[in-house]
Amino acid sequence: MTFSEQFPIVVGALNTGFLQTLKLFFVTLLGAIPLGLIISFGSMSRFRPLSYFTKIIVWIIRGTPLMIQLLIIYFMPGLMGRNIWGGGESGRFLAAAVAFIFNYSCYFSEIYRGGIQGVPKGQEEAGLVLGMTKSQIFFKIKLLQMIKRIVPPMSNEIITLVKDTSLSRIIALQEIIWAGQSFMKGNMGIAGVIWPLFFTAVYYLIFNGILTVLLGRLERKLEYFR
Amino acid sequence: MAILEVQHVSKSFGNTEVLKDISFSLEKGKVLSLIGSSGSGKTTLLRCLNFLEQPDGGVIRVNGETLFDADDPGTKQEGEIRKKRLHFGLVFQSFNLFPQYTALQNVMLAKELLEKEKPDYKSRKKEIHDQIEQEAKRLLDQMGLSDRINNYPHQLSGGQCQRVAIARALALSPDILCFDEPTSALDPELTGEVLRVIKELADEETTMVIVTHEMAFARDVSSQVIFMDDGRILESGTPEDVFGHPKEERTRQFLSRYTNG
Repeated sequence: MTFSEQFPIVVGALNTGFLQTLKLFFVTLLGAIPLGLIISFGSMSRFRPLSYFTKIIVWIIRGTPLMIQLLIIYFMPGLMGRNIWGGGESGRFLAAAVAFIFNYSCYFSEIYRGGIQGVPKGQEEAGLVLGMTKSQIFFKIKLLQMIKRIVPPMSNEIITLVKDTSLSRIIALQEIIWAGQSFMKGNMGIAGVIWPLFFTAVYYLIFNGILTVLLGRLERKLEYFR
Repeated sequence: MAILEVQHVSKSFGNTEVLKDISFSLEKGKVLSLIGSSGSGKTTLLRCLNFLEQPDGGVIRVNGETLFDADDPGTKQEGEIRKKRLHFGLVFQSFNLFPQYTALQNVMLAKELLEKEKPDYKSRKKEIHDQIEQEAKRLLDQMGLSDRINNYPHQLSGGQCQRVAIARALALSPDILCFDEPTSALDPELTGEVLRVIKELADEETTMVIVTHEMAFARDVSSQVIFMDDGRILESGTPEDVFGHPKEERTRQFLSRYTNG
């Protein structure tokens, strides 16, 4: 088969794989953005046992490779005799999503903590003496200042997340790396070629390019105040 | 009758007694200056009045209404404190303007949030908004900032920020306006413009409590001066008494540092 015959077949397979990559990316963001906030409240809690417990969890998750976490989360339940994930691609996706959400929410929680603690105490006090409630102070005064502070470090993490989804290849999730690799072993009449695997980089690059532009735009939008 | 009565207020942080048996009263339309060295408890006293700190002992009354009584747990309820704070306004040393809002929005925000809680807000939304905006513009104009209303805090000088902060506090028409070293964070050439508007407020008989290190200003603007030392009121009286004829050696020592240099 010539290259021009291979190309549309490969792109079709890579597109399918990239859809799975995108699904994992968005599901992780959707889960980790709120869960990270809960974890950051835990680590800032004045109730010592809770803050120690949270900090230990964050230390373990940030201190070990995500790849190992994926393997443990996917295989441990089965080894202990309870296959909670179920079989097939949907089971692998569920396990990957849990691992990614957990991992990323720990990173996000530290960013949030910096953002929350970075808002000067005087902002809250000014709100209080003006008769505002705690929730008015949070939503009307502190939230936007926090968002402004966390957008640049969050952008970094989000771009890293796009590339980290490739780690789910280790539990054979059929994302774009898996799709690219399939043409080495043989798939749809194409075998022994490695260029589709290399070509996956273009997908990551374009998607991260779009994200960079969007996040940069958000950052500039928030530049109207200091 | 005194608009503000403070009786036997005490406050400790851990083992440190910051306020020891503080009592004074203030008449409506008068200005009280609190002077004394750093750490003497002036700021803590101001923060107690604004319920940013809770005193350990004592009573605070405004217009005869007991706002705080250490022996009456009913006066310490969190929900009530919010309303009680509105008797007081507070202008901070570091302004604490809300950076994401313009000068005008800074002045309007709290009043609008309060109005929103009233039952007839929805039907009169536009009318209420216009009223608040008009009043905010009038206040900013009074502060000499009518050409700055749409600027954000980072586009304003320190003196302008502090004047916005004063307008913001006045927008809720507090009974008593408190100032916590309002010019200490300003360049010397900017303190004048802030002191001038405070003086104007004093001339309009705004009731004020001012913590300050500007002795000439305190002498000029106040009807009553309290000198605090180590958490106590060491000396109080008219500016003439305290600055002109201090009775205590400690007061003389403190004042000489300002007059000599």
